[in-house]
Formats: sequence, C-alpha cells, structure tokens
Amino acid sequence: MRYMLMIYRDEKEWEGMSVQERGVVYQEAVDYSEARRPSGLYQGGEPLEPTRTATTVRMKGGKAVMTDGPFAETKEQFAGYTILEAEDLDEALAFVTGHPLVRAGFSIEVRPIRVGPPR
Amino acid sequence: MGIEEIFRAEHGRILATLIRLLGDIDMAEEALQEAFAAALEQWPAAGTPANPVAWLVSTGRHKAIDRLRRRARLVEKQEEIARHVELTAPLSAGDEETPVPEDRLRLIFTCCHPALAPEAQVALTLRTLGGLSTEEIARAFLVPAPTMAQRLVRAKAKIRVARIPYQVPLDDALTERLEAVMVVVYLVFNEGYAASFGARLVRHELCDQAIRLARMLVELLPAHAEPQGLLALMLLHDSRRETRLDGSGDIVLLEDQDRTRWDRAQIEEGAALVEAALRAGARPPGPYALQAAIAAVHAQAPTAAATDWAQIAALYGVLARVHPSPVVELNRAVAVAMSGDLVRGLAMVDELDHGGEIAGYHLLPAARAELLRRLGRHVEAAESYRRALALVTNEAERRHLEKQLREIAP
Repeated sequence: MRYMLMIYRDEKEWEGMSVQERGVVYQEAVDYSEARRPSGLYQGGEPLEPTRTATTVRMKGGKAVMTDGPFAETKEQFAGYTILEAEDLDEALAFVTGHPLVRAGFSIEVRPIRVGPPR
Repeated sequence: MGIEEIFRAEHGRILATLIRLLGDIDMAEEALQEAFAAALEQWPAAGTPANPVAWLVSTGRHKAIDRLRRRARLVEKQEEIARHVELTAPLSAGDEETPVPEDRLRLIFTCCHPALAPEAQVALTLRTLGGLSTEEIARAFLVPAPTMAQRLVRAKAKIRVARIPYQVPLDDALTERLEAVMVVVYLVFNEGYAASFGARLVRHELCDQAIRLARMLVELLPAHAEPQGLLALMLLHDSRRETRLDGSGDIVLLEDQDRTRWDRAQIEEGAALVEAALRAGARPPGPYALQAAIAAVHAQAPTAAATDWAQIAALYGVLARVHPSPVVELNRAVAVAMSGDLVRGLAMVDELDHGGEIAGYHLLPAARAELLRRLGRHVEAAESYRRALALVTNEAERRHLEKQLREIAP
C-alpha cells in the first residue's frame, strides 16, 4: 500500500535557524530515508521551496485566476512530501515516528494513496 | 443460556474469530448478524447445539461465503472473486474455526489503535467486543444515534482504507499500545460511574462492560501487571455502586456511605488483585495498581473513622512519584489532613492553589473549604465553597457544595 507523507513546518521558526543547522537536519533526513530505499519502503520524496515562492490557481467568476502565495495561510506550512510503499499503516507510522524531521519540529501527515477512481 | 444471553456474552469472541477468518470487520459483522438470525430461526425447534459458539462461527463463515458467491455472480469484481476463492479453499491448520484467545486481543488492539480518534476507539470497542448496539452506545454517551452510527462507519472505513493492521503489537509496542487500550477501558468505566440519576441503568451496563474487558485483558495478558491493577480499581469503585447516590440522586460522601451495602465479593476480589499486581509487577508499581491500593484501603476500613489515612497518604506519595499530577498532589494533601495533620494538609492545598496549575478544578477550593471548615475557620471556608460553586459543573456535586455552604453560612 502506498502512502504519502505531507511534511509541515513553521517556516518562520525554521528560517530563524542558521543555514548550517538546517543543513544538518536536511542531511539526517536524507540519510534516514535513503537507508530505507533498498527495502522498498522509501520510494522517494522532495523538499519544497518556501510558500512565498508559490502561486495558486483557482476558479473565480468563471475564469482560472492566479494569485501569489500558498493555497491557504496556515500556522505550519507545507514543506515537502515523501512516498512510502508499506505493508500497512503501522509500518508507515514506524518510519514517521523515528524520522529526524519529527524530532526537528516538523509535523507529518500520513495518508493512503488511492488507486483508481473515487469510490 | 438463552440466545440473547449468548449473544451478549460471546459477541466479542465470535466476531473476533470471524474477522480472522474473513479478513474484514464489516463482512464479519454481517456474517454474525446472519448467523444469529439463523440461530433464532433454527434453535427453538432443533434445540441449542452442544457448542453454540462453534455453530455460530461456522454458520457465519458459510453465510459470508454465500454472500460473496451471490455478489460475484451479479458484479464481476476481481477483488470479490479472489476473496471468494480464498475463503472456499479448505481450512489450513491456522484457520481453525475455534476461537483462540489472540482473536479478541487482536480485535481490542485494532479498535484502540492510536490512529483512530478516542471517541471512535471507545465506540468500536463497545460495539465489537461489548456487543452493544449502536443505539445503546449512543444513549450511553448522550450522542444522537445517527452520529454514533456514522462514527462507527468512519472508523471501520479508516481501518480498511488506511490499512490499520489486524494484529497484536509486538513486545515494546505492546506495552505502549496496552496503555492506550486501558485508557479506553477506564474511560468507559468512568462514563458509567459518573452516571446521573436518570441515566443510571444504561450507565451501569458501561461499568459492567469495562470490568468484562479488563477481565479479558487480565486473562489474555498474564505477563502484564497493570491490567490486574485496572480491574482491581474498577471492582473496588464498583463495589460502592449502590451507596454513592441517595434517593434523590444526590451525592453521598464516602464517609457517609452505608458500608453494609458495599459489595464484599468485589472488594475481596479487588483487594486480592491489588496484592498480586503489587507483588508480581514492575518496580515501581503502575498508576492503576497504586490507585487500586488506595481504593482497597478505603474499602477494607470497617468504618470511615477507622480508615488508615496514613497508609493512603503514603500510597499517594508513591503515586506522586510514579504518576505526578496536581490532582494526585491534591488527594495526597487531603489524605495528610485526614490522617490528623489538618494544618499541614491545608498548607499543601494552599501551595497547589498558588501554583495555579489546576485553577479551574472545583475540587481544589472544595477540599480547601472542607479543611477550613474542620479547623473552625468558617468565614474562609464559606469563601472557598463559593469559589468551588463558581467552577462546579455536575449537578449532584453542586447540590452537595450548596448544602455544605448552608451549614456554615446560613
């Protein structure tokens, strides 16, 4: 079963850390994930640039309209994603609860990826 | 045993076995319903089978296979056909239709999985293991039946879609997950225990369910001491069931309860379990075992005046180290006061008060008022009762506080 991990962080707090400190966390996360790629658990993932670089498109008055910024203003901002292939939720959760990002103050949502059209 | 009684007593065991055999909670529930319907039809004439549980499991399983066969004919879904093929294969050694202890353990750990919302954990546990109907659970928790029905549907859907595994956790994970299970069981008990007068009958059922669930945990997890502590605690609380409220639904204080109407069998069993839990268990003892030990001291005192408050204060002292909380500190302060040192007890309460950690907790000013009253400081006591009245939410407790206030400030 495939799961997507949606990774959130308070951007202001995160960017308040030095580049070096953030680099250490980043490398720990990369090492942790890559160590779990051979088993097939970790399928891949990527960090995102901060929400101020985002553009959102939605329908307004019958037209697709573009606005600067993220989908919504939130306390913690969407920072990246990971894809897992796990036997069950417990296996996915074990990956997440031991993840260096969680220790570093990130929140991670775990959601199953749907196969096929809506039920 | 009548069919109704079998249904109630064995619902959990039969459902858990069917879940193992069929691999799906919804399918297993449907199968169980159909099996019981068949029993209601056939047993009156044919007589109750020698092994009713085995009959129900077997019948349920066959009904599920029939159902799948019919569906597979109508709608050729790959998944269902595959499942049908799986289920009709001859049972291998691991697929016994006989219930095994692990079946119910698996079920309760799944129902109490931390990925499910706490209300969902409670509802699912009562529905699957307790055999309570959706309506009964809704009434017990003062929630509309459709809301409760939806809560159950969503919880089962989450188990299926997010693939919460149907298994007993291993080793370290088990201890942690067992704590979550015990929280659910104790929550069920407390819902029943805090019964308002009008809802008494339904709420008693909750206490009974919680005790049954704890017995199951004790039976199925003999290597763990805390379920024994939890069972003991609930038995000891429950032993006072008949004396906690008077005829008008008002609270009767522990010291005023008629001890002749306490259930001695429950007290004996509870006390024995406490001893076993404290002896065999971890060092230091767990919080449930300690709370049960405190309850046992109360329960075994022949009169309120003979209560060994010093022993209780000492136990609260241990509890404060094992499971520190301001509420534990408050109870300890009261025990110290009652063991003869009113002044020291009051000082401890005042310290908690100044700490402000439990500022909204009505039992702090209530305890303070009680101690001040016993010291003869009635003006201060009255002020504290008024503070407590501003915070209390439970009607029975409000009436009690108002009565206490009237006695010293008429």
